[in-house]
Amino acid sequence: MKYIDEYRKKELITALTDEIRRISRKEVALMEVCGGHTMAIHRFGLHSLLPANIRLISGPGCPVCVSARQFIDTAVACSTLPGSILATYGDLIRVPGSASSLEKEKATGSDVRIVYSVLDAVELAAGNPEKKVFFPGIGFETTAPATAAAIVRAKQENIRNFFVLSAHKIMPPVMAALVRDGVRLDGFIAPGHVSAIAGTEMYRPLADESGLGVVVAGFEPTDILQAVLMLVKQLESARPRVEIQYRRSVRPEGNRIAMDLLDRVFELKDDAWRGLGVIPLSGLKIREEYAEWDAERNFDLAVPPSDEPGGCICGSVLRGLKTPADCRLFATACTPADPVGACMVSSEGACAAFYKYRR
Amino acid sequence: MNGMEERIVMSHGNGGVKMQELIREVFLRHFGNRTLNEQTDAAILPADGQTLAFTTDSFVVDPIFFPGGNIGKLAVCGTVNDLAVSGATPRWISVSFILEEGLPLRELEMIVSSLAEEARDAGVEIVTGDTKVVNKGKCDKIFINTAGIGTIREEDRGIGFGRNISPGDAILVSGTIGDHGMAVMNARESFNFTLPVISDCASLNHLIRHVLDRSEGVRFMRDPTRGGVATVLSELAVKTGMGIDIEEQALPVGNAVKAMCEILGYDPLYIANEGKVLMVVSKEETAHVLRLLNDYPLGRDAAVIGHLSGDHAGKVVLRTETGGKRFIGALTGDPLPRIC
Repeated sequence: MKYIDEYRKKELITALTDEIRRISRKEVALMEVCGGHTMAIHRFGLHSLLPANIRLISGPGCPVCVSARQFIDTAVACSTLPGSILATYGDLIRVPGSASSLEKEKATGSDVRIVYSVLDAVELAAGNPEKKVFFPGIGFETTAPATAAAIVRAKQENIRNFFVLSAHKIMPPVMAALVRDGVRLDGFIAPGHVSAIAGTEMYRPLADESGLGVVVAGFEPTDILQAVLMLVKQLESARPRVEIQYRRSVRPEGNRIAMDLLDRVFELKDDAWRGLGVIPLSGLKIREEYAEWDAERNFDLAVPPSDEPGGCICGSVLRGLKTPADCRLFATACTPADPVGACMVSSEGACAAFYKYRR
Repeated sequence: MNGMEERIVMSHGNGGVKMQELIREVFLRHFGNRTLNEQTDAAILPADGQTLAFTTDSFVVDPIFFPGGNIGKLAVCGTVNDLAVSGATPRWISVSFILEEGLPLRELEMIVSSLAEEARDAGVEIVTGDTKVVNKGKCDKIFINTAGIGTIREEDRGIGFGRNISPGDAILVSGTIGDHGMAVMNARESFNFTLPVISDCASLNHLIRHVLDRSEGVRFMRDPTRGGVATVLSELAVKTGMGIDIEEQALPVGNAVKAMCEILGYDPLYIANEGKVLMVVSKEETAHVLRLLNDYPLGRDAAVIGHLSGDHAGKVVLRTETGGKRFIGALTGDPLPRIC
């Protein structure tokens, strides 16, 4: 298939891995901070193509996985409000909260529906004026502008029964937090879609302060391997910096229209990350001007604080400190069919990828 | 979990791990017997010197009309194929309808006429049936159950069990994978893809008979419906304790399905088929069986996709198009409910 096959050509891949092998001397750990990268790396079996001294570790880049359990509990609370429809991206359906999940609420009669676009949720609200339609907004700079656009549209069209529960987050603060936490890393494979929206300038402070290389990568096997090669070159020549591998989509200035939309609707707040705790100014909260579409401001959705499930090491997996195989629940108590931790349930989660492709 | 009453959730019906759990922990626990415990596509039953295959299937596909077929055609193909992959010649089927109050008679008639046509083409006789009507909202338009009986020749009796398979045997698929699941999904969801994704919904009994009559090399067959090719392979590996090697490059996937899967993030290996058979064939007969499949339009895109192996017992290993390796497991979570 055109525009896909070119990026999966075996000859190109072999050329890239040969070159990596040729110049790579040091033991290095590179973190991919995007769930899409995690999946691609596993799906194409890239671990098996790299030399043993290069280790790829998965970071906190899966939106479902980094959402605190309390967020799921709050989404469940929305779904049980009388006269509500909860419209969500499919990934959230099976994520276990502390006592229930959206899938289980659906089975007991809540109206939970999967949508492929947040705009479908707005249309659902327009078509069902007697209902309250809730949309749990998850994801980073990639999906947040779409949620912002939906809120703006709801305002323009005077749709007053559409409510967003925002768990949107931004990427740079968590990358910096990992470095501050002392996670042993030699470079970042930075998220391609996030950077297509938000640009690459945002990584500069991190690169300058930590001395780590940041290479923004695409999602095809040649993209990821080329990004690895670029990072290896940086490391071997001791010149770490911010570079773009994914040039066909990413410009340093990003997508101004999307970012303006995001700024118009959201402001930064301190936010809780699963396994990482509260990271200052890392989450997106709906601005006062759009308060009418904010689920939390309009309904009493208070749920008790929730601890992580016993034995689950999602937090350490998300920080790249442990691999899924280190968890005693992995593939025994915690499987994709009966997940304990979020990393197992999301298709982009490190545990799900590990379970599906490498176990 | 966590003290909440366990209930049926959608993933209990997806053909994957969760459904297997339900079958094992509820149905087999209460019904278990020697025939049922085999968990073959059709029950293989000795009857007065003759061997019969018996199977049943219910159809709840949404929407009831989709490119390439409708719920009526599907109801015949599903049951005919379960019999055919067991090595049987499908003979008689039953058809039962659960109809929702308010269903336009015109739609019912369209469904019934294509059901009759498919049965005629497949050479099976509809010999009994039942009709129920429920209040509006108590089912969704129309649900159909079919059951079927086929006869099995002495020499084909082992095929349903797959007991003769051994390392070195080849794995063939009769054509492109993922068409049905993606066609139904495209028809149901409002993606507005202008792609020609058409369900492969078809009765395979004539194609399979053509092969079985001319080769003794077929050792096992399955129709990879819900859960897709990956789930069938994974169950086969677990059941036989053998390893399976699959070449990603060899998998026949149509361009439209490939594009849809790329955009939506699905793996065609896990998407349902309704007109494909997966065959395990002896090494010596592989080329011959492939040619036989190619004789028929339904088998035009047939391909050898891998083989049984003595290594990595119980696991399916996919050699990716990039040359990397990864495991393939059974389907777990499922974003595609009600595709059949």
